[in-house]
Amino acid sequence: MLYREVGQFRTSYAADQAIFPIRQDRFGMLALLLVAYIAVPLMANEYWLSTIFVPFFVFSLAALGLNILTGYAGQLSLGTGGFMAVGAFTAYKLATAFPGLNIVLVFVAAGIVTALVGLLFGIPSLRIKGFYLAVATLAAQFFLIWLFVKVAWFQNYSPSGVITAPPRAVFGHFFVTGPEALPAYKYWFTLTFAAVLALAAKNMVRGATGRKWMAIRDMDIAAEIIGIRPLSTKLLAFAVSSFYIGIAGALWAFIYTASVEALAFDIDRSFQILFMIIIGGLGSILGSFLGAAFIILLPIFLNNLPDQLGLHVGVALVTNLQDIIYGALIVSFLIAEPNGLAALWRIGKEKLRLWPFPH
Amino acid sequence: MHSNGGVLLKVEGIALAFGGVKALADVSFDIRKGEVRAIIGPNGAGKSSMLNVINGFYRPHAGSITYKGRTVRHMRPHQAAKAGIARTFQNIALFKGMTTLDNIMTGRLLKMRGNFLLDALYVGPARREETAHRAVVEQIIDFLEIQAIRKVPVGRLPYGLQKRVELGRALAAEPDLLLLDEPMAGMNFEEKEDMSRFILDVNEEFGTTIALIEHDMGVVMDISSRIVVLDYGRKIADGTPDEVRRDQAVIDAYLGVAHDGGKGA
Ligand SMILES: Nc1ncnc2c1ncn2[C@@H]1O[C@H](COP(=O)(O)OP(=O)(O)OP(=O)(O)O)[C@@H](O)[C@H]1O
Ligand SMILES: [Mg+2]
Repeated sequence: MLYREVGQFRTSYAADQAIFPIRQDRFGMLALLLVAYIAVPLMANEYWLSTIFVPFFVFSLAALGLNILTGYAGQLSLGTGGFMAVGAFTAYKLATAFPGLNIVLVFVAAGIVTALVGLLFGIPSLRIKGFYLAVATLAAQFFLIWLFVKVAWFQNYSPSGVITAPPRAVFGHFFVTGPEALPAYKYWFTLTFAAVLALAAKNMVRGATGRKWMAIRDMDIAAEIIGIRPLSTKLLAFAVSSFYIGIAGALWAFIYTASVEALAFDIDRSFQILFMIIIGGLGSILGSFLGAAFIILLPIFLNNLPDQLGLHVGVALVTNLQDIIYGALIVSFLIAEPNGLAALWRIGKEKLRLWPFPH
Repeated sequence: MHSNGGVLLKVEGIALAFGGVKALADVSFDIRKGEVRAIIGPNGAGKSSMLNVINGFYRPHAGSITYKGRTVRHMRPHQAAKAGIARTFQNIALFKGMTTLDNIMTGRLLKMRGNFLLDALYVGPARREETAHRAVVEQIIDFLEIQAIRKVPVGRLPYGLQKRVELGRALAAEPDLLLLDEPMAGMNFEEKEDMSRFILDVNEEFGTTIALIEHDMGVVMDISSRIVVLDYGRKIADGTPDEVRRDQAVIDAYLGVAHDGGKGA
């Protein structure tokens, strides 16, 4: 079946507004979900599930959150790591204070608390923009990490400053944290968060909410003149974005690493996630996932490359080379396609729609 | 042009200055319901500033604005929008990264009741609302004959089409008062004709009151019912196209004569 719109006349606006208006895209999405839910856990080994797929979903969620704020609403933030830490430590405090509380509710509550914190740090965005706003979020980043390192209450007075996720199960006995947790359960758990929240994000950005965000991003003066209130629109973006990032932080601490210290969410983490959305595509849901995959897979690929080629190089050299190649690839990619991987994907699809006719 | 006489908007004694520059000085005029009111004058006369005062973008230093019977010194832009004032800009203020459709849909935001949670779930009310507003926006797209560029990001459109999309976004709000700042600037003859037709159609079919800034005298004389003439921030004439055409002060201003006398004032 060719990839075509032809013959698929959308006879109503409702149909044209559907999330995937082209039938092949709908099948593609369904197939992708089937593969993700069934084929991958059947075929992938523990290494792939725990060290590639789980962090991939966690990073994708964080990137999605940052993309809502930066890509859609146009507010640059360097505080992503700090907000992930808020999610992680809130989840930890809640889970240990209320052992009976369902783990899903713990994560949602962690997201809500992070949203409130994000709201607070979003208030300066009414007055300051661009570079200066980035500096303000940087202050938030440093303050939050300092808070979680220094105030022992957040770590339940653990001497090392490390928090360890208590064992928790979903549906009674499917453990997703703790010693009995299975990689497949962790995988399904994070996948479900990523899938549900990505769908919600897609719905928001293609609806009135997303149009408000993008209007503020593209021209805040004109947005105000058609009746959009800049402060509430920006604050909503900060809150929703932080909700996503907070849940990503909680998933990171509980599901991916199981025990973590605040420094895992330092400024490097913020930059890493910013790279993801720049490479994947600002203002694109798909781009958040592509960017996360790229940033996670590239180092693994570069790590294994010398072995694959049969080269024997020292470990120190490999690490240095990796950094150089990594940086060079990112820069050259951005020069070649400043709109990110998602733009490549879209251009590819547009070509495919017309293929084999060039015009 | 079916002006029925009632006054929709009245500005009185408006003054505005930027540092030492007096952009507006003691300007008063009114706009009647249903008319096409033109504001003309040489470059820098204060025309755009006047529109900015009306829709709350600039705060005047003196004077008052009476809109729909309520008198204020200043409305905030979103209050003006809520009260039914929509506008286009001299330098086009579209949302460049969004499609034509999305840009015009933003014009309906004030009429949409949903919230982000309903949007996220895309359930019942959110979906119904989106579809209902989409239908109105499609009518505007048909009216402006821009069906073909519905899904194109407006940043990629040529200037003339961008002006049309911007008019569409303003129309989507179903305004009572539509402020147009040089809607035909930089257009060729045919584009100007199209735009004049759209403006007249909006005025006649929907009864929308229009305030229009335009440099092309042919167009102004053709489509407006009354004209305010500004020069150096002051009103120098006000009347029908015929009256304004014969006004000596206007002729002088456009020939540059009055400026020598005016500078001392
Ligand atoms: N934001 C601003 N800051 C400083 N000066 C301004 C500003 N806006 C307008 N002015 C000044 O006010 C005066 C009137 O400007 P305005 O833009 O209203 O003129 P105009 O009649 O619309 O001219 P044009 O036909 O060139 O568009 C000019 O001297 C202009 O330089
Ligand atoms: Mg002007």
